[in-house]
Formats: sequence, structure tokens, C-alpha cells
Amino acid sequence: MSVNLTLLLIMGVLYAIGIYLLLERSLTRVLLGLMLLANATNLLLLATGGYDGLAPIFAKDIPATAYNDPLPQAFILTSIVISFAVTAFMLSLIYRSWLLSRADHIQDDREDRRVATQELFDAEEDSEIAIEVSDFHENNQPAGSREMIPEVTLKKAAVHHAVKEGGE
Amino acid sequence: MSIASLAPLAVVLPFLGAALAFVLIRQPRIQRRVSLGTLAVTLALEVLVLAFVWQSGPVAVHLGGWAPPFGIVMVADQFSSLLLVISSAVSLAVLAYASGQGAADGEEGGPLSVFHPTYLILVAGVSNAFLAGDLFNLYVGFEILLTASYVLMTLGGTGSRIRAGITYVVVSVVSSLLFLIAIAMIYGATGTVTLADLAIKLGQLDHGTQQLLHVLLLVAFGIKAAVFPLSFWLPDSYPTAPAPVTAVFAGLLTKVGVYAIIRTETLLFPSDHFNTVLMWAALLTMLVGILGALAQTDIKRMLSFTLVSHIGYMIFGVALSSVLGLAATIFYIIHHITIQTSLFMVTGLVERRGGTSAISRLGGLAKLSPLLAALYFIPAMNLSGIPPFSGFLGKLGLLQAGVADGSPMAYVLVVGAVAASLLTLLVMARVWNRVFWRSTADAEDPDPVLLATAPDASGGRSMRALRTSRYVDATEGRFAGENEIPILPKMMVYSTLGLVVLGVALSVFAGPLFELSQQAADAMLARTPYIAAVLGAGAP
Repeated sequence: MSVNLTLLLIMGVLYAIGIYLLLERSLTRVLLGLMLLANATNLLLLATGGYDGLAPIFAKDIPATAYNDPLPQAFILTSIVISFAVTAFMLSLIYRSWLLSRADHIQDDREDRRVATQELFDAEEDSEIAIEVSDFHENNQPAGSREMIPEVTLKKAAVHHAVKEGGE
Repeated sequence: MSIASLAPLAVVLPFLGAALAFVLIRQPRIQRRVSLGTLAVTLALEVLVLAFVWQSGPVAVHLGGWAPPFGIVMVADQFSSLLLVISSAVSLAVLAYASGQGAADGEEGGPLSVFHPTYLILVAGVSNAFLAGDLFNLYVGFEILLTASYVLMTLGGTGSRIRAGITYVVVSVVSSLLFLIAIAMIYGATGTVTLADLAIKLGQLDHGTQQLLHVLLLVAFGIKAAVFPLSFWLPDSYPTAPAPVTAVFAGLLTKVGVYAIIRTETLLFPSDHFNTVLMWAALLTMLVGILGALAQTDIKRMLSFTLVSHIGYMIFGVALSSVLGLAATIFYIIHHITIQTSLFMVTGLVERRGGTSAISRLGGLAKLSPLLAALYFIPAMNLSGIPPFSGFLGKLGLLQAGVADGSPMAYVLVVGAVAASLLTLLVMARVWNRVFWRSTADAEDPDPVLLATAPDASGGRSMRALRTSRYVDATEGRFAGENEIPILPKMMVYSTLGLVVLGVALSVFAGPLFELSQQAADAMLARTPYIAAVLGAGAP
């Protein structure tokens, strides 16, 4: 199997530029990168078809080996159609994004930022001891049974309250 | 000629339904009936195919009458027909849910009328991927379902959906390109893309080439299945989509990736090149996923992280490459499709009932709506693997397979799987405690919708505040009277209920289902039934 060196070199260059553009933050460049990658892949598919040959239209007196392999070309056709549709859709997304935010770059995920900046201390979960102490005391037990709670626990609860108030 | 040769109709029918639904875009009521009817007929057909395949083994349909291995072939074996049935059942439930929502909110003439046709195309793509007998058709199936999912993901075109949608599209396109590169290289190396033919020819290549092709496919499918470290796109993009869309994505899309990984590992590359790598990936997926879920403050995002975490269980079973491991994986996939989808559907209902899906702003829903609480509680316990449920049985099967494997890495995974399961229980219980169990008064900054309907909150003042706020204008249709609850449309509740019941039924009928999974795993590891069905009995 012989392969066209020029096509291979072009493919390599397209992949390189495509990956470079894909890593940019600007949406239009990302889209251009994806288009270049898709075309580089089409060239790769073409290369798997092997050497040049006759158009694959069957005639009785031509041996099977003289034809070009039509299957990769069918693959390429499908892939072109798909990347065309995806490119059109991406363009509409980018336009919509530009309409909404007047910026051509990928926006931050606000919820993600919020999760990342939340406090380590969770009022509900981490101060559970303090809450249970008061429930226990007020609802079920006579006054005075409070002394049975170890001092350490109370101190911890007090510290948590202090932290919570300090944070606010 | 048997009923199973009608299997390609599972792809054709949804496409026809989609075309019809496009024509009926101005008649939402008829459109809803058409799409529901199409899916119901498809489901019935797939049940018949499954029954036939269960009796008599894999069936291949050569489209266009071309002799194998040249033509396009569709194969229904035990595994793919089982997945077809469960995916159609789940997508039917979600469609009913979405129809209920659409009918309640009055979508006439809105942009959401493209939902039904696009949804049917998504289902057709999923069926095509499951039935594909050659790599390129699998690629086309993926592209059909992905293109439909791009549209569904960005329905309405709000800022957050566009932002999430762009990331999702770029990641999906890159994974598809990797898959296409893999196809090109495989075709260059072997001269065929038919899976059954590849199963024979790939084994004859030299070791290095095999490994290269194998790892290319695994990376491409790993992105689609959201396996760590290729999973970061998922929790970012899924939660922003509309509730029914997130539900169906969570249930089906990643499982198509897992399906492709299983085919790669059993049919194409049965040698264990990357089993250790897969085990590490499984362990990290389980743990990183669930630790991510612990940090979340929003139910939808939390569920998306548990989804990633539980993909790890499936990869674990595949990496063991034993009959028991594979059977448990198949069982787990069926269980997880049903349970994860129903959890997202319940979250959609919680969002309607409480006005938000932020955990801190909700409270007291168990008192306000006991049915909703039960609908959350059962699948939540099921997902965490509490004994009578299918989640427990699936995990038990995986753990047994891990112990039976006996290698040190398998034991590490067993421990990791138990830890991830316990952490899932913690995450699920935390949502239960806050959203359902605590009183509404304990919610921090509760949502106006929740306050307006909660009897134990300071109702009078907030009702007045609510009536003057702009919010109530937008939702007025949902309040029948001053103190009535926002309507939970019956169709949404019933479809969720149906799926929860299906989840429980999976536990009740776990015996026959596990037997079927085992049969499917046996056939897949033996490989010969599949190859013989496609290439004819004389094939090596």
C-alpha cells in the first residue's frame, strides 16, 4: 500500500493547528479548530483507501485490483455531512452566546464556582451536636440532666457557634 | 424469517414517528399521541425480539441483502435486545413525563414543540447504536443520538444552557473524531469494519498495532461513557437541561458508551491488554465521582456526580472479564438506567413542588407531599444498595465476581466499591434529611413557591409577599386558588411512579433477569454465537 506523502503532511499540519485552536478560549477559534480536525480526519480516512485506482464502477473486463476502494470515500461523505451539520449548529450556539453575553469566549460555570467557595463549616451538619443537646434537654429530660453531657461536647458546640457567628 | 429480523424497525419506527411529529408541529396534542404511540409500538416489537433471541440466540439482519461481511448488518443478541427493551421502556416513561409537563405548562406554538421529533430521533440513534453490527454504523448511531442531544440540551437557548451546551458539543465532537480516527486506522489495518469480521482479523495483527487500536477505541468510548479522567464534562452539562431531558440523558447516553466499551472488550479485543488500566479507571471513577457528589448543593448536580460514580461499577465488572463479572455488569446497567432516570424525574417534580432544586432552600416536602417523598425514597435506597433492592443485588454480584477474581487489584476494587456505595447512601440520606424530613421552617432562604404552600412556615406574610412579587405572575397558572398547592400534573407523577415500580420489579424479578444477564455474558465471552450469526456457521 502506497500513500500520498503530500496528503499525509497536510493532514499532520491540520491536526496540529486544529488542536492548537481547540485549546483557545475564544469560541470561534474552537469551532475553526474542530473544522480543521474534521478535515484532517477525512484525509486520514482517504489515506486508508490505498493507492490510486480506477473509479469503482463495475465493468466485466477490468480486474478487481484495478479499482480504487470506494468504502473510505463513503465514510468521508458521511463524515462531511455530519461535520457540516455540527458546524452549523455550533455557529448558531456561538451567535446565541454572543447575543446573550456579548463575548466570544467560554463563560464560567457559576454554580461550580459557588460550590468551590462554600465554607468548610456546614451549619446544619457540623453543629449537629449542639442542636441535639438542646432538643434532648428541653423535650425529654428533666432539668439538671444536662450535667451528664460531657464538657468537651459542649465546648465543641460553643466553638462551632462562635465560628458560625464569626463567619457571618 | 422470524420476528427478530424485524429488529431494524426499532430504528426505522422512531424515525418515521419523528417525521410525522415534525409535520404535526402545530398540533401539540396529536403530536404527543403520535410520539407516545410510536414508542409504545417500538417497545412491543422489541419485547418480541428479546423473547425470540432469548430462545434461539443472536440474529443478524443483512440490510439490502448484501452477503456478509460486505453489507451493513444489524445484530440482535441477548445483550443488545435486553438493552433495547429497557431503553425503550425508560424513554417511553420519560416521554410521558415530558408530555405531562408540556400539557400542564401549555407549550402551544413555543420552541418546545421541536422536543417530540428530536426526542424520537434520539431514541432512534440509541437503538441504532445497540443494533449496529459494524463500527461505522455504530459511529453513525452515536452521531444521530448526539446531534439530537445537542438540540435537547440547549432547548430554549437560555444563557446557562448555551454555556453548558457549548462545552458538551465540543467534548462530544472531539470524542466522535477520536472514534472516527480509530475507525480509519482499523480499516487501514484490517480492511473491514464489520464487528464479527474484525473479531477474527484483529487477533491476527501484531501486538503493538492491536494495543494502539484498542486504546484509541477505549479513549473515544471512555469520553462518551464518562469514565474518570474523561468524565468532567458530564456534571457540568447535564444539570442545566430541562428535567425530562436530563433524565433521559442520565439513563441512556452514558450507557451507550458503556455498551460500546463492553463490545470492544469482549468481541474486538478479548485479550486483557488494558484490564489493569480499566480497573484503576473504575476505582477512580467510583471514588472521585461520589466525592464530587458530597460537595454539591444542588440535587441535579449531586445526581450527575453519582451517575459518574456508578459508571465505575460497570467498568469494574467489564475489567474482571469473567462471566460473573460481565453478567453483574449487564444487570447493573439495567438497574442503573431505570433508577438514575427515575431519580432525575423525581427531582423534576421536587423542583415544581418546591420551586428550586437547591438543597438548602428546600424542606418539609415529606409532610407537604408524602407521595413525592416515597417516590424519592425508594429509588434513592435502591441506588445506595440497600438489601432488598436491585442495587444491592447488582453490587453483590460485582463484589462476588471481584472476590472470585482473587487478584490484589480486584480486592482493592471491592473495598472501593463498598466505600462508594456507603458514600452514596450518605449523599442520598443527606438530601432526604434536608429536602424531605426537616421542617420547612428550617430551610435557609426558602423558595417563595415552597413558603406559599407550607402550612408550618409563617404563611400569611410570605403569601402577601408572594402575591406582590413578579414570580407569581409567571407561575399563576400553577396556583388553582390562593392556598392551593402548585399542581403536580398527574401524567408526570404517574410516569415517575411507573418507572419507580419498574425499578422495584427489577428487584422482584432479579432471578430471571440475572439468569438472562448470565446467558448474555456467556454468549459474549464465547464470541462464537455472535460471529456465527453474522458470518454464517462455517466461519472460524
